Amino acid sequence: MDNSLMQIIEKFPRSRQNLIPVLQAIQKEQNYLNREAVSAVAEYLGLGVAQVYGAASFYTQFRLKKTGKNIIKICKGTACHVSGADNIIDAVERTLGIRKGETTADGKFSIEEVACLGCCSLAPVLMINDRVYARLVSSEVKKILQSYS
Amino acid sequence: MEVIKNPEVLSVWRKKILNKNTFYTHTVSLCGGTGCQAGSCGTVISAFKKELARNKLEKKVRLRVTGCHGFCEQGPLMIIEPDNIFYCRLSPGDVPEILTQTIKNHKIIERLCYTDPSTQKKCPVESKIPFYAQQSRILIDRNKNTDPSDIEDYIAENGYAALCKSLKMQANDIIQEILKSGLRGRGGGGYPTGKKWQQTAAAAGEKKYIICNADEGDPGAYMDRSILEGNPHSVIEGMMIGAKAIGADEGIIYVRNEYPLAVLHAGIALEQCRNAGLLGKNILGSGFSFDIRIVRGAGAFVSGESSALIASISGKVGEPSPKDVHLSEKGLEQNPTNMNNVETWANIPLIIENGAMWFASRGTERSKGTKIFALTGKIKNTGLVEVAMGTSLKKIIYDIGGGSISGTVKAVQTGGPSGGCLPASKFDLPVDFEALSEAGSMVGSGGMVVMDENTCMVDVARYFLDFLIDESCGKCVPCRIGLSRIREIICRITEGKAEMQDLELLEEISQTVSEASLCALGKTAPNPVLSTIRYFREEYISHIHDKKCPAKVCKSLIKFSISPEICTGCGACKRECPAGAISGEKKQIHNIDQSICTKCGICRETCRLSAISLN
Ligand SMILES: Cc1cc2nc3c(=O)[nH]c(=O)nc-3n(C[C@H](O)[C@H](O)[C@H](O)COP(=O)(O)O)c2cc1C
Ligand code: FES
Ligand code: FES
Repeated sequence: MDNSLMQIIEKFPRSRQNLIPVLQAIQKEQNYLNREAVSAVAEYLGLGVAQVYGAASFYTQFRLKKTGKNIIKICKGTACHVSGADNIIDAVERTLGIRKGETTADGKFSIEEVACLGCCSLAPVLMINDRVYARLVSSEVKKILQSYS
Repeated sequence: MEVIKNPEVLSVWRKKILNKNTFYTHTVSLCGGTGCQAGSCGTVISAFKKELARNKLEKKVRLRVTGCHGFCEQGPLMIIEPDNIFYCRLSPGDVPEILTQTIKNHKIIERLCYTDPSTQKKCPVESKIPFYAQQSRILIDRNKNTDPSDIEDYIAENGYAALCKSLKMQANDIIQEILKSGLRGRGGGGYPTGKKWQQTAAAAGEKKYIICNADEGDPGAYMDRSILEGNPHSVIEGMMIGAKAIGADEGIIYVRNEYPLAVLHAGIALEQCRNAGLLGKNILGSGFSFDIRIVRGAGAFVSGESSALIASISGKVGEPSPKDVHLSEKGLEQNPTNMNNVETWANIPLIIENGAMWFASRGTERSKGTKIFALTGKIKNTGLVEVAMGTSLKKIIYDIGGGSISGTVKAVQTGGPSGGCLPASKFDLPVDFEALSEAGSMVGSGGMVVMDENTCMVDVARYFLDFLIDESCGKCVPCRIGLSRIREIICRITEGKAEMQDLELLEEISQTVSEASLCALGKTAPNPVLSTIRYFREEYISHIHDKKCPAKVCKSLIKFSISPEICTGCGACKRECPAGAISGEKKQIHNIDQSICTKCGICRETCRLSAISLN
């Protein structure tokens, strides 16, 4: 058993109310929730693996696969949609040759879709790691992505 | 920080803070909200700090980093008091000049002022800018006077005075005041807040909970997170008053982990309250004990629904349960629970402080007070807008929003995925819970997306369906299967493969989903489809009958072509086309191969001569 994993888990009292906080803490440390983490949490909280897996797959925040070095979050909110977000998503997918939810073979980029980044006034937007790119047009996408490689 | 043992100590503290603030000649409120952060306000903030130090002005000029001011589109932005000067679209390079010109010499820098797009005039003063001048900003206006991580700013603005007042009141008198104010829930349902409190207060049980719903799942709306980010104490004070009225001793703020600034600021504010003795045992010597903790949601639209939210806090999958038992009787851990939305809570201290009549003086017969909307989409002035209930859509869209960028506004979508689209002919309608519902939309939680002739209403309906299918928990059949069937038909329409009888089928399935779904997500899910069919039927017919998308959005029905009269053969489009669909020799007219074109539109963005048209 992974020691660091148990250290994270054991910080939380054994109560079902802590299921989501534990998963959040593990993902923060380990980037994603692997099989081992899901089983360990289930055992610790006295839940079935299916129950933990159910929660992990229900909430959009949780990932069950490791992400690439740079996480691209594309906003699919209403404000961004009417301002042409679909074309931005297409451009990112085309440039990287992967789809939403996937990671490039070289491990450099992952694409995630998010409901709203909270800068709807600057739509359409995307975020790479902690930096937001606002008022985008699809022809700019390639250059932005190149600046990360 | 000192511990406040009674209301008198709080008053003394407030006087001290106000006195301290008189030493400053200027206060600069620089927005550090999520929108302005996207515009790199962080670099402006550090430049300002550096310049203040360099000019030895730190003791004279107060730099206050605040939450969202509302006009995010113009960010990064600042207000310089006492003259109420408004500077926007700032960059770090502007900072030295602001100090030497405006702060030292009272000179206005024209370049940094906002230009009114309709008159082309510069507006140096915030309160004169049409976007702000026509609002009724009782909630959001407090953001600019508040550093959310400094409790002293909130206290200076009479913060926690309403709490002191309520601690001297009988629980029932507080509830009566809220009932009289006419406040209705701002989370979408519009349920009378006083009535909900009355039910939870009357419910049997020793232990009672108060919950603040800050899940804000409506994509494209950010009112709640802006209040929590910019003025967390207003929400906390509201919850304290509610807890006293209802008899709760534990509160929870349920906020999405995806809203990092809101989580951070709410956490800091709670900590400060505990240190000051405003939360905990025997608050202000009144005998009343109460504390609040934060639960970070992991993001799911349906988890914003009250019963689903309770499940989520309990560590379960955030699915709704049938509403035969009310939360007011059996909520969290089977105890009576009172849940209200962020904006609802933020209104409470104002009502207690200023009285129910003050609050009810704004609004309509059945909808009182103000409402914050996130005004976005194809409109000149986007941002957070707070208006008195009853304000017409027209006033919001044209007078505050400045009208459309392209010329005409076609529709406005309110109420998020549960709401509907209203056409321009309905813009005289007031924002009022009943009026918008009768017209087929709803006030909702406050999303307001403006659409113009380049927005396809069938595509909008498809967009919301995609969102709802993604977010549906799948527990009940009408919602799970019904929405997918509706989506299939809508997709056929956008692809030009539908027939006229599909429209009737759409309406029929929508009816069933509305009637038979388990929770409000399913019950309201067909609204975007039904409202667009109701008001934009001719657009559906163009897609079905003429195989045309009038807004030129639906990819199966549009075609890009190069105008031979304009094309000079520069080759820019050919270089940029990711599909390699464009051919042509240098200085010769270029051509798009329709069989390869993916309709991404990059060629049209690239062409400097506008030679590429969309039909
Ligand atoms: C699918 C769905 C999503 C909801 N999401 C939210 C939300 O994000 N925030 C919110 O305050 N209320 C949301 N609600 C409404 C809540 O169920 C509840 O009515 C509200 O929080 C009560 O507070 P109020 O009376 O102050 O409005 C949602 C309802 C449904 C059906
Ligand atoms: S809709 Fe894209 S940031 Fe809100
Ligand atoms: S975030 Fe700065 S004005 Fe809204």
